[in-house]
Amino acid sequence: MGDTGAEEVLRAPHALDYTYTRSVGPVIGAFLTGLRQGRILGATGAGGVVTVPPTEYDPQTGERSGELVEVGPAGVVSTWAWTDHPSADQPLDRPFAWALVTLDGATTGLLHVVDAGSSDAMSSGMRVRAKFVPEADRRGHLRDIECFVPEASS
Amino acid sequence: MSSPPVAVVSFAQSPQVRREDHRNEVEMLMPVIEEVFSNIKVTKDDMGFVCSGSSDYLVGAPFSFVSALDAVGVWPPMRESHVEMDGAWALYEAWTMLLSGDVETALVYSFGRSSPGELAKILALQLDPYYLAPLWPDPPALAALQARALIDAGKADEEEFATVAARSRRDARANPFAQVSSDRTTAELMAEPYVVSPLRRHALPPITDGVAAIVLAAGDRATELCERPAWISGMDHRIETHALGARDLTVSESTGLAARGAGVDRDATVDVAELHAPFAHQELILREALALGPEVSVNPSGGALAANAVMVAGLIRIGEAAKRVMDGSARRALGHATSGPCLQQNLVCALSAERPSGGR
Repeated sequence: MGDTGAEEVLRAPHALDYTYTRSVGPVIGAFLTGLRQGRILGATGAGGVVTVPPTEYDPQTGERSGELVEVGPAGVVSTWAWTDHPSADQPLDRPFAWALVTLDGATTGLLHVVDAGSSDAMSSGMRVRAKFVPEADRRGHLRDIECFVPEASS
Repeated sequence: MSSPPVAVVSFAQSPQVRREDHRNEVEMLMPVIEEVFSNIKVTKDDMGFVCSGSSDYLVGAPFSFVSALDAVGVWPPMRESHVEMDGAWALYEAWTMLLSGDVETALVYSFGRSSPGELAKILALQLDPYYLAPLWPDPPALAALQARALIDAGKADEEEFATVAARSRRDARANPFAQVSSDRTTAELMAEPYVVSPLRRHALPPITDGVAAIVLAAGDRATELCERPAWISGMDHRIETHALGARDLTVSESTGLAARGAGVDRDATVDVAELHAPFAHQELILREALALGPEVSVNPSGGALAANAVMVAGLIRIGEAAKRVMDGSARRALGHATSGPCLQQNLVCALSAERPSGGR
């Protein structure tokens, strides 16, 4: 080694990263693929249950889920909570409502956010509709749904 | 084979504080473990088993429980285990170990220091990675969905949440380890703005750094070590689905199942119940699930609204309940611990001044 200084120090890139991919399987995978196509899928189960978002097994009974069916894209708010101070990671950068939305055709609630402008515009039982991000920006991810909006204004 | 009865014979905790700036986890644990041993004049060499509860996500380092063992001392080698859960579940594991009859004593401890990180983000990582976590919902937001569901169902109102908070913070004044205490009326609390409606600041738990430790002993060893052991008459824990929208958030089915598994029912009322209800409205749900009447003293310590060190607050509930049996102020007591969003997982530990004939 010569005395040529810091240029001689060996360097290698080190990215702290999740360097492998996970398979999401036949049910979650179908749901995420559906979102990319602007469709929301649920899993059918015994007794007329339609679980949304879909799971491979019925969350209550553990029975294997049946076929997937399209639900929504509108539905009913079963419960909601208003935040005036969203954090940077959360879906909207302005005050919004968290909500469990029971989509038309579903029997369970999907957690998402409602862009309602004001808590005065929110109520349990209100109808909301999914607003998807533009097709070119979808990536098979829950946030392909940008938010829900009150149905009257959509 | 009959199992020996098992009891809590010693309990100690650190002051529960917003930010522990000067000591790391080991340094926080050392005086508490010293105290839990010296209370009953034993050393770690008297322990047949050691089990801890903590989370690497809080520490920001893998296998942090291994370095925490320095607080106990690891030579000569000992039987040791760990759960990535609240210390209440470490206590459950130690209890099963003692029931096996292999060992007579066990040290259980847990530590949780939330101040170095962003707790709301860390706790979002425990959620379903595809269906919940991508939205980064924080614990108060999910709890607020549950609180609204409770209001919509006609089971409670915001004033009742404030009444729970006012009573808890008032009781906390008598607890020297509590982080948050005050003497404010329900009306005063109702004047606070919302954090996430329908929850105001008073309905949320504080962010806490703290540690706690318990010693369990079996059979005659328990009565040798402690004048009035808090015998575990039953213990069980149950979990509900992680599909938040598939649950009825206004009830706690898993708490009811765990209570029945632990032998707690309407015919066996307790004098005191320490409930791990991080959000004020959750106390109301738990009271219903456990069928606690107005005669039961609930959270005389101030509960999780007075201090809520993640991974520790559940173990403290069992410790606080046991303390009241050990000091003779209660004949029967109940300690409860919860984990996950909206009371997803629940543990119930039934304690009694009377020595049971067997472990379970």
